[in-house]
Amino acid sequence: MAASHMAAAQAPPAGPPARFLVVLDAAHGGDDPGGRLSNGQAEKTFTLALGVRLRSLLAARGIQVVTTRESDATVNLNRRAEVANHSNAAACLSLHASESGSGVHLFVSSLAPAEPARFAAWKTAQAAWVTRSLALAGVLNSALLHAGINVTLGSAALPAVDSMACPAVAIEIAPDRDSSHAVTAGLDDPGYQARVASALAAAILEWRTEAARP
Amino acid sequence: MIPRHQTILFIVLLLASVVMGVVLWQLRERAHQRLVAGEDSAPTQAPEVAPAVQATLIVANDADSSLRAQIQSLPLPRDPGARARAILGRLFDLYATPDAAHPVPGGAGSVTQVFLLPAQAPLTGPDTGPDTGSSTPTESKPGQTNSSQSGPELAVVNLTASFAASHPSGLETETLTVLSICATLHANLPRVTQVRFLVDGQQRATLAGHADLTRTYLAAEAVPSEGAHP
Repeated sequence: MAASHMAAAQAPPAGPPARFLVVLDAAHGGDDPGGRLSNGQAEKTFTLALGVRLRSLLAARGIQVVTTRESDATVNLNRRAEVANHSNAAACLSLHASESGSGVHLFVSSLAPAEPARFAAWKTAQAAWVTRSLALAGVLNSALLHAGINVTLGSAALPAVDSMACPAVAIEIAPDRDSSHAVTAGLDDPGYQARVASALAAAILEWRTEAARP
Repeated sequence: MIPRHQTILFIVLLLASVVMGVVLWQLRERAHQRLVAGEDSAPTQAPEVAPAVQATLIVANDADSSLRAQIQSLPLPRDPGARARAILGRLFDLYATPDAAHPVPGGAGSVTQVFLLPAQAPLTGPDTGPDTGSSTPTESKPGQTNSSQSGPELAVVNLTASFAASHPSGLETETLTVLSICATLHANLPRVTQVRFLVDGQQRATLAGHADLTRTYLAAEAVPSEGAHP
């Protein structure tokens, strides 16, 4: 079982990584449809489409991207973390979607920050990266707010993210709502999707700039 | 002419029939009396009306992803396990109302039981599964005295499968539900420091695809400052 796995814990980088690589994890897929969105679309379909769009935006900016799935395939949570941990990524983004709430919800692991160790327990590998994950969430928050999108920051127990040894943030896209909680842009709004994807790509560029800073 | 022995046999059989008839009639009367006694539903003990006490519900709000304390006056039983269940039932009733800020169908019936056990050593992260707790959950009995009444307690909340199946799917909404349960338990039963979840008595990976239900939650970490985000 996963508890017996050990994640090779690369120490959080003191300087810029040799290469800047981003892992995009389109949540759910295959047998796991995730939530059901208001237009009848499954969450797994939305996250895959968003992942493909974001990958294109990042690739166009010269950023190397690794994805946990490229099709409607079942990928278990341990496999997602394995992909992230083998990639030695500078950022890991787990993409989700929901009809509840407003704007974009950014979640980091609720694990207590811990000192990096030579080996980390599989289920708590993220503990050594929580501080970096919070910094990444801050950059994402700034970019989304700059794009005029409501953002909610939080922490949660997320099995896949908790096992990732990289700066990791779970991003949940919800419909954009005004102050009276009325939907101003639904998840099926192509303009809203493009705005979110562009803001996320801009945030990753900013993150790369920060990582390259001495 | 009827032989003498046949006459005697006839008389004996007649007497036996009469005796058996009498015995059967008496058995029927006894059975009837037992039936009547069993149907006697007249109250023999006056119902105990629990006094209303103030309970703190930590209510989630999807609009701003916050948890806020709400004081309500509720009649609550004295038994801690039953009290915890009643409080969570009231919380879920709030979520089931049409204009709820954190809509979740199900209502009070979504909580089957709340077991209170002596807490293990504090856990800082997810554990390895159901084997972590060596105790078998047992519902606390009224007036029961054990070590758990003076030390930290682990609350095991048993939810119904229909509640999990009907819960809206999403990172934020599921996290808010879990944290509001943990914080509500801790606010009303301060000895509850850890919370675990079961669904229909079984461990389940997630609530509705996102929030981890395999780990032990530290209740104090869920208690928000006023209107705080989780």
